[in-house]
Amino acid sequence: MFGFRGTLLRVNLTTGEIKKEPLNLELAKKYIGGRGLGTKIYYDEVGPNVDAFDEKNKLIVMTGPLSGTQTPTGGRYMVITKSPLTGTIACSNSGGFFGAELKNAGYDGIIVEGKAEKPVYLSIEDDKVEIKDATHLWGKVVSETTDELKKVSPEKSRIMCIGPAGEKLSKIAAIINDYDRAAGRSGVGAVMGSKNLKAIVAKGTTKVDIYDKDGLKASLQDKMKKIKDNGVTGQGLPTYGTAVLVNIINENGVFPTNNFQEAYFEKADNISGETMTDKYLVRKNPCYACPIACGRWVKIEALNMEAGGPEYETLWAFGSDCGVDDIQSIFLANHYCNEYGLDTISAGATIAAAMELYQKGLVKDDELDGLSLKFGDKDAMVEWTKKMGKREGFGDKLAEGSYRLCEMYGVPELSMSVKKQELPAYDPRAIQGHGLQYATSNRGGCHVRGYMISPEILGLPEKLDRHTLEGKAEWVKVFQDLTAAIDSLGLCLFTSFALGAADYAEMLNLVCGFNLTSDELLEAGDRIYNLERMFNLDAGIKPEEDTLPKRLLEDAIPEGPSKGHVHRLSELLPKYYEVRGWDENGIPTKEKLEALGLKNI
Amino acid sequence: MKVRVKLFATLRNGRDKDKVYELNEKTKIKDVIEMLNIDRGDVKILLINGQDADFETELNDGDIVAIFPPVGGG
Repeated sequence: MFGFRGTLLRVNLTTGEIKKEPLNLELAKKYIGGRGLGTKIYYDEVGPNVDAFDEKNKLIVMTGPLSGTQTPTGGRYMVITKSPLTGTIACSNSGGFFGAELKNAGYDGIIVEGKAEKPVYLSIEDDKVEIKDATHLWGKVVSETTDELKKVSPEKSRIMCIGPAGEKLSKIAAIINDYDRAAGRSGVGAVMGSKNLKAIVAKGTTKVDIYDKDGLKASLQDKMKKIKDNGVTGQGLPTYGTAVLVNIINENGVFPTNNFQEAYFEKADNISGETMTDKYLVRKNPCYACPIACGRWVKIEALNMEAGGPEYETLWAFGSDCGVDDIQSIFLANHYCNEYGLDTISAGATIAAAMELYQKGLVKDDELDGLSLKFGDKDAMVEWTKKMGKREGFGDKLAEGSYRLCEMYGVPELSMSVKKQELPAYDPRAIQGHGLQYATSNRGGCHVRGYMISPEILGLPEKLDRHTLEGKAEWVKVFQDLTAAIDSLGLCLFTSFALGAADYAEMLNLVCGFNLTSDELLEAGDRIYNLERMFNLDAGIKPEEDTLPKRLLEDAIPEGPSKGHVHRLSELLPKYYEVRGWDENGIPTKEKLEALGLKNI
Repeated sequence: MKVRVKLFATLRNGRDKDKVYELNEKTKIKDVIEMLNIDRGDVKILLINGQDADFETELNDGDIVAIFPPVGGG
């Protein structure tokens, strides 16, 4: 078999049984792999009605057909499960090296079932797969866990694991691989914790078979040239990392500040990519087979150490969203998220929401063990991050995420979230298409389900007026579909700044021996999007939840370059449903599902 | 008239990142870019007071101009 390894691992932690099953190639062709195929398998085997922490929930770790190949950024894996945060389907995507290594070990994915009696980890060394005791690792942070496992595993093993946050079932817990790469969102780390699964170690010695090696070689030269010649992937991201966005988003007046109470942060340059690069960057920290290398390695002064640096979203969440302009404090918060295994977006945004609760007098000092919860208090922010990771004191409430936190104080509307998942670093009140994307993302508040910032702010592939509604529903649909396809292939979304659907189809065909057109690739993306939608509807997520926090719909941005704008969702949503082939209530029509080959759903 | 010009990312190399210039009336953004010796091909995004602009946009007293090369992330 080409591209795919042809084998799925099925590991039952209740019984200890480990099986190797053949991959269904016909299904793989229809759903590509990764996100798509994982969701299809999850839907068929588990369905929408299981509780996230129920033993019957499964955790599916999937690679794509291009993972582990030399295609640019082909190192990604995804984790598909029911989200404890949102109740939707979760699919969290990560880079680093783990995904490629799993593929080298001979597997397209792992289906983890059941729950171990005591903490365990899964050890994969080519054919040799074992469930091993992890009692001694329980309670350890990510770096300690990874170091310990490296000592007892084959050289150059790759490790993904949870930290204390996942063990303690924090609804915003991440899975961390290779020390500082995260399958971050939707609480997938807590599902792993609920199964008493501390880590998965992978080591492989065989490579993916390529259908047309010479053809692929020529094709990759072309793709690499496109990536190098593109200003974003060839220069902006390599030089500054994703942090390059801080200033441009702020200059547009859409940089959420103090829990989205404002949208312009006076001191943004202090936490910008330019500042990080000039003062603290040690080196780049690239993922597998990546010519872009946006990952950062920075100096953390307070700990006198070097570690993975923050992404743009993290600089925002712990920066302007908490009113903090000290970049070193953000480095620390980011580091503790990696150590405790927390999603940096949700963690920072939850602290920001807590700060607003405190500002409004809803959280009182007597709950806080003497620690401040004021916007702008950088040291307190770092402490709260640790307490959240440990569920210590008020940190226990923070670990539930901002929606449940705000609900405890009777004001869920102060949680800047969609479907209970925290929104990322772009104020949609003055980016209309991006707001529609937030409202309709299948995993709740998220920027990487259809990155409309690209056309609406960055001018790629063409510049759209961010305030207008015309054509936005159509753009959102195409972006969502293409994104679902890229995720499923096992590539990083950042390639899409330079590559288009035809490039992806070409690489897939050369690797796998398929003959998919770019339209068929997009149709597969559409199929995946609709499958996820059907899952969510069946899981009881109502279309009324395709919305934004009240603040963003009703209160205009108070100051700055985007002053006066609100999001006009009600004018966009009907058109979006229509473009998607859904009825006026947001339910996919029978005809639409049939056309996508989803009639049995 | 006075216009504040902010430069970002690689455009800062060898230039002031944030400076107020005294300019003649009817100056356009392209004139500022030329004055700062910036290659047009290196410019991707132009903002005046946070709103999209282009090379031909005329500047007014008190304007804030932001000039970016191609950038992206997420």
